[in-house]
Amino acid sequence: MLKKSFAVTLDPATSLENHTGSWRTNRPVNVFKLPPCNKQCPAGENIQQWLYYAAEGDYETAWRLLTEENPLPACMGRVCYHTCEGKCNRGFLDESVGINSVERFLGDYALEHKLAFKRPTRDTGKKVLIIGAGPAGLSAAYHLRRFGHTVHIVEQAKEAGGMMRYGIPVYRLPRNVLDAEIKRITDMGVTIETGRKIEDIEGEKKKGGYDAVILGLGATISSNVDIPRGDTNHILNALKVLGQIETTGDIKVARRVAVYGGGNTAVDVARSLRRFGAEPIIVYRRNRDKMRASAEEMDAALAEGVQVKWLSTITGAEKDKLKIEKMALDANGYPQPTGEFEELPADAVVLALGQNVDTAAIDKVQGLKFEKDALVVDETTLETTVKGIFAAGDCATRDRTVTHAIGMGKNAARAVNAYLKGSVYKKMPKHEDAKFEDMHPWYYSDAPKTVRPELEVARRTSTFDEVQHGLTEENAIFEARRCLSCGNCMECDNCYGVCPDNAIVKLGPGKGYEFNYDYCKGCGVCAQECPCGHIKMVPEKI
Amino acid sequence: MSTEQIEGSLGVAKAVALCHPGVVCAYPISPQTHIVENLGKFVKGGALKNCDYLNVESEFAAISVSIGSSAGGLRTYTATASQGLLFMTEGIYNASGLGLPIVMTVASRAIGGPINIWNDHSDSLSQRDSGWLQLFCESNQDALDTHIMAFKIAETVGLPVMVCMDGFVLTHAFERLELPTQEQVDAFLPEYEPREYLTPKDPVSLGSMVGPEAFTEVRFLQQRKMAKAVHVIESVTEEYRKITGHHSGGLLDCYKCDDADIKLIIMGSTVGTAKDEVDRMRKAGIKVGIISLKAFRPFPYEALRKAIGDTKLVVCVERAFSFGGRGIICPEVKRAMEGTSCEVKTAIAGLGGRAIFGTTINGIVKAALDGKFKDEMTWFDIDSRVLNSYTKDGEGVTFPEGPLSDSQLKASVN
Amino acid sequence: MLEKIKFYQTGSNTVGNRLLNPSMRAIQASVDRPNGLTSGHRACQGCGEALGARYAIDAAMRATGGQIMVVNATGCLEVFSTPYPESAWRLPWMHSLFGNAAAVGSGLAAAAQIRAQKAGETSVPRVIAQGGDGGTTDIGMGCLSGMFDRNDDVLYICYDNQAYMNTGVQRSSATPPSARTATTMPIGEKPGADWGKGKDVPLIAMAHGIPYVATATVADLRDLEAKVTKAMSFHGARYIQILVPCPLGWGLASNVTVTAARLAIETGFYPIFEAEYGKVTSVRKIRQKQPVTNFLKIQRRYAHLLKKNADPNTVARLQAMCDQNIRDFGLLEGTDPVAVPAAIQAYERAETI
Repeated sequence: MLKKSFAVTLDPATSLENHTGSWRTNRPVNVFKLPPCNKQCPAGENIQQWLYYAAEGDYETAWRLLTEENPLPACMGRVCYHTCEGKCNRGFLDESVGINSVERFLGDYALEHKLAFKRPTRDTGKKVLIIGAGPAGLSAAYHLRRFGHTVHIVEQAKEAGGMMRYGIPVYRLPRNVLDAEIKRITDMGVTIETGRKIEDIEGEKKKGGYDAVILGLGATISSNVDIPRGDTNHILNALKVLGQIETTGDIKVARRVAVYGGGNTAVDVARSLRRFGAEPIIVYRRNRDKMRASAEEMDAALAEGVQVKWLSTITGAEKDKLKIEKMALDANGYPQPTGEFEELPADAVVLALGQNVDTAAIDKVQGLKFEKDALVVDETTLETTVKGIFAAGDCATRDRTVTHAIGMGKNAARAVNAYLKGSVYKKMPKHEDAKFEDMHPWYYSDAPKTVRPELEVARRTSTFDEVQHGLTEENAIFEARRCLSCGNCMECDNCYGVCPDNAIVKLGPGKGYEFNYDYCKGCGVCAQECPCGHIKMVPEKI
Repeated sequence: MSTEQIEGSLGVAKAVALCHPGVVCAYPISPQTHIVENLGKFVKGGALKNCDYLNVESEFAAISVSIGSSAGGLRTYTATASQGLLFMTEGIYNASGLGLPIVMTVASRAIGGPINIWNDHSDSLSQRDSGWLQLFCESNQDALDTHIMAFKIAETVGLPVMVCMDGFVLTHAFERLELPTQEQVDAFLPEYEPREYLTPKDPVSLGSMVGPEAFTEVRFLQQRKMAKAVHVIESVTEEYRKITGHHSGGLLDCYKCDDADIKLIIMGSTVGTAKDEVDRMRKAGIKVGIISLKAFRPFPYEALRKAIGDTKLVVCVERAFSFGGRGIICPEVKRAMEGTSCEVKTAIAGLGGRAIFGTTINGIVKAALDGKFKDEMTWFDIDSRVLNSYTKDGEGVTFPEGPLSDSQLKASVN
Repeated sequence: MLEKIKFYQTGSNTVGNRLLNPSMRAIQASVDRPNGLTSGHRACQGCGEALGARYAIDAAMRATGGQIMVVNATGCLEVFSTPYPESAWRLPWMHSLFGNAAAVGSGLAAAAQIRAQKAGETSVPRVIAQGGDGGTTDIGMGCLSGMFDRNDDVLYICYDNQAYMNTGVQRSSATPPSARTATTMPIGEKPGADWGKGKDVPLIAMAHGIPYVATATVADLRDLEAKVTKAMSFHGARYIQILVPCPLGWGLASNVTVTAARLAIETGFYPIFEAEYGKVTSVRKIRQKQPVTNFLKIQRRYAHLLKKNADPNTVARLQAMCDQNIRDFGLLEGTDPVAVPAAIQAYERAETI
């Protein structure tokens, strides 16, 4: 021991006695914000969280987190129109994160490594009937099964999958992928009965002793439009065409086929027909800007040689030509007839103007309200106007995408679960939005988006091989690491590092950080330098 | 023990080397240079091992390096004089405040302006309140021995020590000097064990900022060290004298004081000259004694009172004074003699290298005995011709020959 | 596979980054970092100097296995870290005077060397002397130059906040032109600090031919730590000057300390480089170049330049000064520094004549 001089010599770290936290007028707090991708995802995926694990190479955890919300990632990684990417904050920096491609990578990884869902640890003894084995029904079944309920699906078609099988062409969704993801759900104990159409919903419920029913009916009927025509011109509907391709693997329509419509189905039909050697031309009454079909799909169609006739309506059909009226968009963007006509050589027309739900069984249920083209449901619980009957997917919404259906299926399952417990499902309040302005983008490394390899165009016009290839593992990690982790901690240690008062405690991997309010002076440097806007300064109560 | 006919500076250098300092750091200034040049040679030539000699760019750096090395736990030595000492001043106060037992030679020299390289005590006495111990040497043997004792005193007390030896008069004088052996010094001065120093093994913070809540107490404790130093100087001197047989050091030293009617209080080399004159005067029947004041800080009030005893007349021969005030030693002596009827006077002499001869001492004693020192302070050794050459033409003022009293000085401005 | 991916979300731009191998993360990211300067010190909110000091000292402690002793010049850092009865330092630390830290460092280094030598120990504690810009570029310049001259084994760190903050924001020779300080008020015909005054101490240090000289800021921790670590790999005199924005003196919001330092880099206002034995060996390139106004507008010390009635030429001159730095030090990707960069004051002086 040294003989220390009085006052002039001090012992080390004695300043810890001085609690500078009392200086504070603002205190930092961790906020968990809702990233724009998560907010946008119709299936409610916690995208940012599963990217977090994917970025570390922990694919199984990433996949398990992903499938907390969505049981069909390999399918979704292919057919989802990934509107999340359009909202991605990284878009402000360079390009949005390729979320969809990472999802597909994780989905494929799970299939390749035969990852299974965990079966419920206990059975509740409650029985739920789901009508329709499309994405909504499968999603609802999965989530209900996770809650421990017994789930039985009845599907009218020969195979499960709904519009994923009968509406989406093989080159976008190979059927072995669909089959494998459906099997993983049935492996949990969900039973699917195919090839049976339920005519009496209430009778079925009573007979089977079901505690609740979820209607997961798809929009399986193509909308029709009356086109004056000569006998010889072929007019078909889109779902018939796609259905036939699915069931027989072949179709012969004509060489020059006009596909009438501007939605994704029109594009699917045109691209499918192109693969059988046809020369499809999409006829659409508005222009490209107003087109509802996915831009990526449309680009692919054009690359494959599909032609388009914009601002046109078909007003008549003859043997080998169509009568077209030119349209003009009014101030509101609606197409108005111009009275100008022309001819378009075509041997056949495929109508892809929208789909409707087959309401035969619905109409028989007393009190079940169906307005316009969807069932009337409670916004939160998706319960129909009849107690115990819930609905999800095409039959209950106008947003008829696979992703919406999956999201609604989950929502309905949660509502049914609450219903079965005798309570009413309430949605969790959402966190505040993670805005780009709240972030510190300087910190992120520069990294342009990975381009997904595609099948070369020459082969795309002759085969139904999958067009879009998956990412390599390397690219998937790269893409996952492009995520900015908007509004949520990514453990970059910035707060821990930049605090001039050592007032942040690092809790260790995966545990984040804690503020030591004994010493925190409330300067706010941590909040300012947090790359992802996870820290907020709030006034101290004085 | 070896006896050599050598320059005082070399003697001091050899004495310091015997103490094995770890760092010697100095900046050249006359008349201190020969000491550190010699030490530099010892280090360079390998005679002084485990010692770093640092050539620095200023005295401020020299004291600062010394502060660093002393705080780093090494026995540390430096030397300076005059302007150099003043340039060190900030560090001087700091070193004592930090309680660092640095030993520094001040080869006393007048302070400019006007610049003057010769000996007086204005430099060392300007540091009176710096918190350093100030030990004055009357001879080179005394200086040599005092340096060795200074390390022990400094390290025992926990304060730095200035060893003040008159520039040129001592530093450049060749004398027969007796050096103790290394064994004697080792027995007297053990390996330095710092009371506190910087080391990663026990990481303290040295040199904190102290506010009103404890500053007075810090100062009180420093003063307490000074009080302790009085005793330490005595005991260390006694020990050293026992080992070496040298009659050096101490708080003060009396020469022929026993029955003296008048005592001169002198610091430094003047004591030697005065002793010879005292011997002569004694033969002539004048009862005069000398008190060689060795320790100016701490000031040995008790010892001095005892040394003066019942002598009624004391003259301080002072080689510096306080502008606008008077002598510097005299008021201290008066404090020591408070409550007695002893008269204490100041005779200013020997400024800026003006030699103090035996006749000067003789004159002071006679003037004092003749009652000519009416005022407390008298400019004893002053050349009125030199003064008048300036004041007569400019102001019409002339001064009489001989010593000038304080009242004469004051009268000249009326 | 993970090793193959060289892209890490934030790369090394952030302090830690969980995706990086722990050895590649900043020392400040580790749970057991030394915290040489610990909590409870009395620095202002958002103090850049407190941050810079912890960064540098911790890096030096890591580089030497904790064998570091510090000499601190008088100034904010000294005052806020060691007011009796509490010290915020965890390592041997001392304060002597304002202008002598480098010399005290020399003495301390000599003491460490000799003590180790005498004890037969191979591990010799290393010494860091540190101070603010006033204690370094002004009052401490003599001792600093002397320490360089002798090539004493001392790393001198200057925490440069470009004025005397401890005494109430007066101009130092490190104060940039036009900046408001208490002694260069934004009044009169030439508001703020005069142009053509000041000195460039890193270049002065280089002119001594010492083994290592570097500049850094609190905005690039990895760079700062690498420089301190590198400095500790050399023996002899070394100099690192760290830009540490001062919320009080610069008139910054307390939360933008690090951001301000970053803007100083990204605008070219403060060239970040390192030099060995008098020659520039590397330059930290600007990552996202910004106009100098982005740096100026967050500081009240420059508020007078951005007022409506301000002379627009002054901002243009400051921009030209940044551009000169960018050219001289080769701060943009694909450019090289000139062989002997000139002090930026040379540009100012030439320009004012």
